[in-house]
Amino acid sequence: MARITAGLATSHVPAIGAALDLGRTAEPYWQPVFSGYEFSKRWIAARAPDVVVLVYNDHASAFSLELIPTFAIGCAESFAPADEGWGPRPVPVVEGHPELAWHIAQSTILDEFDMTIVNRMDVDHGLTVPLSLMFGQPAQWPCRIVPLAVNVVQYPPPTGNRCYHLGKAIRKAVESFPEDLDVMVWGTGGMSHQLQGPRAGLINREFDTRFLDRLTADPEGLARIPHIDYVREAGSEGIELVMWLIMRGALAADAREVYRFYHVPASNTAVGHILLENPR
Amino acid sequence: MTDYTEAFKDIPGTIIFDATQSRRGYHLNMFCMSLMKAANRAAFKADERAYLERFPMTDEQRQAALDRDYNRMLALGGNIYFLAKIGATDGFSFQNLASKMTGMKEDDYKAMMLAGGRSPEGNRSLAERRGAGSA
Repeated sequence: MARITAGLATSHVPAIGAALDLGRTAEPYWQPVFSGYEFSKRWIAARAPDVVVLVYNDHASAFSLELIPTFAIGCAESFAPADEGWGPRPVPVVEGHPELAWHIAQSTILDEFDMTIVNRMDVDHGLTVPLSLMFGQPAQWPCRIVPLAVNVVQYPPPTGNRCYHLGKAIRKAVESFPEDLDVMVWGTGGMSHQLQGPRAGLINREFDTRFLDRLTADPEGLARIPHIDYVREAGSEGIELVMWLIMRGALAADAREVYRFYHVPASNTAVGHILLENPR
Repeated sequence: MTDYTEAFKDIPGTIIFDATQSRRGYHLNMFCMSLMKAANRAAFKADERAYLERFPMTDEQRQAALDRDYNRMLALGGNIYFLAKIGATDGFSFQNLASKMTGMKEDDYKAMMLAGGRSPEGNRSLAERRGAGSA
């Protein structure tokens, strides 16, 4: 049977992707960001997941205002990097895992989560920047990816609690998939940042630190933070942190923190990263 | 539901992209979305006014787009991820747009971010600010 071995969360700042693509990772501004991911790169390479369920949000790339799915699962064979206005990132095409994706769709829908099934979807920096951070710049990505896009652009986004419980449903789905697969779940976005209006540039280290602490110490309580607290405390785009709760819900209650990293700034954003491991 | 969206209005310098804003800004945002195609970016750059006429926006929205007045566009229903496509068409980074919206010089904004960003202290609540002012 398939199993979830580990989970991680990371920011998905577009400027990080640009720094990688333009060969600027050694510059003094970027060096501390990339060095903060070295441990996790090695750790994940050693565990070599077969599949990553990658939770992210689309930034008006695949989904405009014509269609706004709250939870959309990518069931296609592959997903092309999106042109976000600068041309697509020079990264490999993302190979999906249609069998597992369809299985998760079926299992979670029967568990009363109304997933949107997507057979064609370009993937933007929200998905490709975390892949670059964890896998570097390979000719092809080392594992299959099941994209799970969450609406955090149009209000209301799903509640943190709904995300947390979707994570639990995903765990149940993965553990009932008959193939022998090592699966990781990644939650992306955050941490504190605001990209719009006169309050742009807001960073809240205290909120972010507490959020990282509570991911292992108090996930149930963390899942009850209302939207307004995210926006007030972590900035309007800090709302992306609800996606981390899908990852957390997919892991065991007694998952262990292996590593964390926090750095300000990457462009407008506080970069946060945490690695959690399920008990064996 | 009204209470849910109203509550966000207490947060300074922040516009939540709720149903009202989404309806108000639909065509403005769909104009931005069109800039994801290179041919449309070229057509927009060649004649901005004519290109904007293709979308059934209000004159106010068109003028804000021509002026690159991002705060005005946000107020008129623009969403930042859509508006960023105008910035990309102009060749500006997201950080450049952010500095414009805060009214800061880009270098000053960058320095603020390097120093740890904008503090949440005093930036959480308009009601709290008014309270502090009268105290």
